[in-house]
Amino acid sequence: MSVAMNPTLQGTLIDESTLLSIDDLCRICSIERSHVVAFVEEGVLEIAAIDLPEWHFRGGALRRARMAVRLQRDLELNLIGVALALDLMDEIESLRRDLNARR
Amino acid sequence: MEFKDYYQVMGVARDATEAQIKQAYRKLARKYHPDVSKEKDAEAHFKEVGEAYEVLKTPEKRAAYDQLGRGHRPGEDFRPPPDWNTNFEFSGAGDAGDADYSDFFASLFGGQSRAQSGRRHANPHPGHGDDHHAKVMLDLEASLKGGARAFTLKIPELDEQGRLSNKERTLNVQIPKGILSGQQIRLAGQGGKAQGGTAGDLYIEVEFQRHSLYQVEGKDLLLELPVAPWEAALGATVKTPTPGGTVELKIPPESRAGSKLRLKGRGIPSNPPGDFYVVLQIALPPASDDKAKAAYAAMAAAMPFNPRAGLGM
Repeated sequence: MSVAMNPTLQGTLIDESTLLSIDDLCRICSIERSHVVAFVEEGVLEIAAIDLPEWHFRGGALRRARMAVRLQRDLELNLIGVALALDLMDEIESLRRDLNARR
Repeated sequence: MEFKDYYQVMGVARDATEAQIKQAYRKLARKYHPDVSKEKDAEAHFKEVGEAYEVLKTPEKRAAYDQLGRGHRPGEDFRPPPDWNTNFEFSGAGDAGDADYSDFFASLFGGQSRAQSGRRHANPHPGHGDDHHAKVMLDLEASLKGGARAFTLKIPELDEQGRLSNKERTLNVQIPKGILSGQQIRLAGQGGKAQGGTAGDLYIEVEFQRHSLYQVEGKDLLLELPVAPWEAALGATVKTPTPGGTVELKIPPESRAGSKLRLKGRGIPSNPPGDFYVVLQIALPPASDDKAKAAYAAMAAAMPFNPRAGLGM
């Protein structure tokens, strides 16, 4: 059967308990360290508040970083523009949820 | 293969200036960007616009396209003449990124820009293949109960001639119980192959499909529960669907429309688990026969009730 040809893959869940080092984030998103540093300085990404010598990020930073990279590249936005767009998108998301809950 | 009119896609005239093309692109890209847009088919539109811009913003490509495009209509069957682009020098300003372009684009430009972008983005981790990314729609039940799901992913691949084509592969993936929309599953070794090293990983971002009963808010679930006016007024115990099965839910007396009842820990089984919220909706029974009309009339007589008191009426 197809089950034999396509074995079920066991993945790892990347959630808020996952810690990604700055190098992990760079590799996964194909970006440079300086890019991540700029994201942090602009408030696009938040460093996990843990006691480690190197910067680490929570799992949710992965989606945010990739969105930021795409916005920057596709819409030719600067960093402030990316940060603003992401903040507004968060706000729209929460307003939309409120709206759904009221309907 | 269909001929694509990139000028029509961008909504600009054939003699549009570079500035006009850039302006048109920015406007359309903001409208259709898959991260931003809620338009239908946003992603397909966005790809089309990106492809058109990729050609029209680069003077060499635009000139080659213009020469080629004379006498063709959009949608018309089209084959590029052999060596059509031999007299153009491509400076490699284009970055195909991880976009997947149409066959039309790939047959014209696919070779150059993909090969160049591949070289420019040299893998900084020799011996480790590239990490790949995909986004999939997931049913809420998969997160509630766990279990395997099959996903068919399209993978753009370069052949030996540097031509781009889409391959499909189907993966059976064990869904971690409690996964939330926006979270990712890492599948080790399922990304890009590396020569003589370990393959990269594949990251799958999930988004929940709309559920027929529940709305998802992070890890919480929300159900709109219709109740009769007397159930809300007098209190009642009513059967209510929850992910864990039907429960007998106690409606407190004097509940109102919009009242929220919380069932702690009965949302998505993350760690810690989310909650389950029931939002009450008052459903009015129709005054469809004499008996019902009499009941409404009796209510009106028994209760001096002004629903518009808050309006000062």
